[in-house]
Amino acid sequence: MEDKVRHIVCPYCGCLCDDILVELTDGKISGVENACTLGAHKFLDDADNRLKGPIMRKGDEWIDISYEEAIAFAVQTLSEADRPLLYGWSGCVTETQAIGAHLAELIGGVVDSTTSVCHGPSILAIQEVGHPGCTLGQVKNRADTIVYWGSNPIEAHPRHLSRYTNYADAYFLHNAFRERKVIVFDVRKTATAEIATEFVQLEQGGDYHVLSALRAIVRGREDVVPDMIAGVPKSQLIGVAELCKKAKFGALFFGVGVTMTGGKYKNIRNAIEFVDELNRHTKWTISPMRGHSNVYGSNEVFTWITGYPYAVDYARGIAFYNPGETTAVDILARKEADAALIMASDPGAHFPRACCEHLAKIPTILFDPYPSATTHLCTVQIPCAVNGIDAAGTAYRMDGIPIRTRKFLETGYPTDTSLMNEIYEQIRERKEHA
Amino acid sequence: MPELLIKNAFVIDPLQGIHGDIMDISIRDGRIVDKVSGSCEVIDAAGNLTLPGGIDSHTHVCGTKVNFGRYMSPEDMRAGRTPRRGAMYPTSGYTVPTTYGNSYRYSKMGYTTLLEGAMAPMEARHTHEEFAATPMQDMLANTLFDGNWSLFEAVGDKDIRQAAAVIGWTLAAVKGFGIKLTNPGGTEAWGFGEDLASIDEEVPNWDITPREIIDTTIRACELLHLPHSVHLHCNNLGMPGNYRTTLETLDIPGDMNPDRQTLYLTHVQFHSYGGNTWGDIKSEAKKISDSINNKPQVVIDMGQVMFGRTMTMTADGPMEFRLYTLHHNKWSNHDVELETGSGIIPVYYSRKSSVNSIMWAIGLELALLVKNPWQCMLTTDNPNGAPFVKYPEIIGLLMSNKYREKELRQVHRLTTDRTSLGTIDRELSFEEIAVMTRAGQAKALGIINQGKGHFREDALADIAIYPVKPDQTDPSLQYEEVIGAFQQTLYTLKDGVIVSRDGEVITGVANRTFWSKANLPEDMDVMKSPRFVEKFSRFYSVDLENYLVQDEYVQRGVAIKAGTS
Repeated sequence: MEDKVRHIVCPYCGCLCDDILVELTDGKISGVENACTLGAHKFLDDADNRLKGPIMRKGDEWIDISYEEAIAFAVQTLSEADRPLLYGWSGCVTETQAIGAHLAELIGGVVDSTTSVCHGPSILAIQEVGHPGCTLGQVKNRADTIVYWGSNPIEAHPRHLSRYTNYADAYFLHNAFRERKVIVFDVRKTATAEIATEFVQLEQGGDYHVLSALRAIVRGREDVVPDMIAGVPKSQLIGVAELCKKAKFGALFFGVGVTMTGGKYKNIRNAIEFVDELNRHTKWTISPMRGHSNVYGSNEVFTWITGYPYAVDYARGIAFYNPGETTAVDILARKEADAALIMASDPGAHFPRACCEHLAKIPTILFDPYPSATTHLCTVQIPCAVNGIDAAGTAYRMDGIPIRTRKFLETGYPTDTSLMNEIYEQIRERKEHA
Repeated sequence: MPELLIKNAFVIDPLQGIHGDIMDISIRDGRIVDKVSGSCEVIDAAGNLTLPGGIDSHTHVCGTKVNFGRYMSPEDMRAGRTPRRGAMYPTSGYTVPTTYGNSYRYSKMGYTTLLEGAMAPMEARHTHEEFAATPMQDMLANTLFDGNWSLFEAVGDKDIRQAAAVIGWTLAAVKGFGIKLTNPGGTEAWGFGEDLASIDEEVPNWDITPREIIDTTIRACELLHLPHSVHLHCNNLGMPGNYRTTLETLDIPGDMNPDRQTLYLTHVQFHSYGGNTWGDIKSEAKKISDSINNKPQVVIDMGQVMFGRTMTMTADGPMEFRLYTLHHNKWSNHDVELETGSGIIPVYYSRKSSVNSIMWAIGLELALLVKNPWQCMLTTDNPNGAPFVKYPEIIGLLMSNKYREKELRQVHRLTTDRTSLGTIDRELSFEEIAVMTRAGQAKALGIINQGKGHFREDALADIAIYPVKPDQTDPSLQYEEVIGAFQQTLYTLKDGVIVSRDGEVITGVANRTFWSKANLPEDMDVMKSPRFVEKFSRFYSVDLENYLVQDEYVQRGVAIKAGTS
């Protein structure tokens, strides 16, 4: 039997495309329309890749355990831990993230999301100078000038250009694609640079210098700019600054190419202040290209519950925030954590080796429907329903638009929301009777 | 059937005409009843001031820009943190506290109902998610229409029915309560970095003016019989000389509704400035209040400024950018496609600043010069003028001329010349304060019939008992005691349950979300309009099917019926 379900929300990246059509044959996903390659494979590769049920490491082997046993292990481990770390949260719904924040408070632990290894520096910059942004539809309808800086959407956010920027329909432009200018700043000629109107190739680590030069030029102080800046001729930057000032609406998007290179949050601060400066001439906005589908949701939820977007430490009973100290990588590198709960993310694939080694030493509980690099480090893995396939809930797009993902399959897997709720309630009861 | 009796309460219930009688209040199942059995739990109010639960008709506590105010301000989070205590979660934040921080602090001050002043329809889920985490109050969301393209089309067509159709559909789609216009037309102009300087200036690209948007929206609101009137943040907020715009706006509506005002103007303090520059700014509160005193169809709230640090946040994106160019402080902006804008910057209101001191005086002048307290609500436009925890001090200032004189001596010397505050000797009574903080707000919001703002039989048993005996207190002299009393109730009850006592939150009661559900005839179904639907397929960045806010987000929703008939 074939079936088509429409308006499905793709749970892959921060674009959160919500126009996906999924074809089902005999209750299994057999086709996907409108999604990019990355998104399509999220759906198409789902079926035969999931863990059948929770597993636990016993010596060199994995044994199958029940959900009850897995929860009991998590409850005991987290209740007894002195310095528990609750990390990840970027692929699950906000309803689960909220329980994570409350659980951290209950057990005096640290709750941190993948933000701390992607756009954490962007948030630090925003906390210094603010964030002039907008929703993606505002860019789509108005922007005639688009900048991608340290970001390669053709490969990382493939539909960003067609849904929101270069190739998207615009209300205020007659022939949007021809009228728009795309400027790419990168250290190498990426696929996105290939389609740019203007490509500015800068030296590795030169972002801060180039941004400073642009700010000076926009302020009318090109006299202080040297002839070459981080491998870029001054004349090219003067041309780019002119393009930016002539825009009716400009939108700058930046990726981890700027947040995770030398200078880190100072680069972002400079980029934001460049955009502030341009706003004295015309309309400009700046936006981070967020990675995971709901990483922005984790920042939102943690903020309204704890006051801070990530890296929140409840060890002293109040919410304490100090990225660099209370971030997951730092806590693991200092070998402080004595238990970890990893939700919907894969630190095993992204964290420094020392951190992974420490995760492998301590009891680590992983919530993930699929085997991942972190599987090799964890003590227990608990598969749950997949947000956007067999679970529904709230996710925040990279621009802050909250969208409800859709559940279109019934698989029998429990949701991470229900599992986390169970863990929270059991620990709460345990504490009350302690 | 849980019952409760409050004995010896000094009750002021303006909606029932109770002006300070010692009475008993009986409660059963969360509602006010005539009588309870003799054996139920009893609270002895001991002659202390007992009022219906406080209602804030304009505050910013939940949603995208409020949360961004927190997100960008770890310094503010550090400035107000509390650990877990009993049933209370830890909280962070002073000017923009976490949701629990807001909720506990309002509860401790006796507030049981809050209206979030500005929800962008497209971001409604966010507001509703935070409502669910604001457990001590029933919530309402004013929904932004100031830059709504579908509304603009109806305004351009001079089609009030079409405007009503768009508004009715949108409120139901996003579970919104009332209509908010923030700098109408100006937020759309800000899409290209512009603003509008007058209500008769054309909105770029749209061939309509703010005046037309305001007028059409008011008529559409009345056609829909919405509980609340249009709730307007006027054009030109914060500009010297803007009182002219405000006066022109006040002249727009006739008296169209017998039960409430036809137009609610919010934070009017920010809209009552004379002069031409920051150098010669002066108060025009007298002219504004004269106009209001002649217009029973208008209700305002103060938008009082209090000295100290706070966070400004509004849908008025261009205004926040102007503020940024003055303060050079951190600036955030967030335009919402086809709908509205927003901006945030932190500010410090200093009594050494002539402008800030004049602003402080203007808010007080308005509250004292508007004769009828039912026409002037007590607010700070939290947190724009000041965080809401300053309300008790404002009450003190309004009730005591002596306190005002003392404060006036501390502020910038130009305040005496540029405002009339020093010449006003009116002192508000407890009853007038009760009107401005609950009864008047219930009437203005149109939620009296929802059991809010009074103690009639079957009303919701939302009650605040303050530690002050009005018949033994002279607020004019004992203003410090009055301030202390309003800072912390003896008891706050919500739905008949004691939720906080002596400043400590004891328990929560599942909160409600009130929203407006207009039943519309078939010819007003916008979903049948190709022009309306096309906007979603071509210009919005989400599908229409994913725009509609699902019932999961209003699990304790109360749909208030509205409609054309």
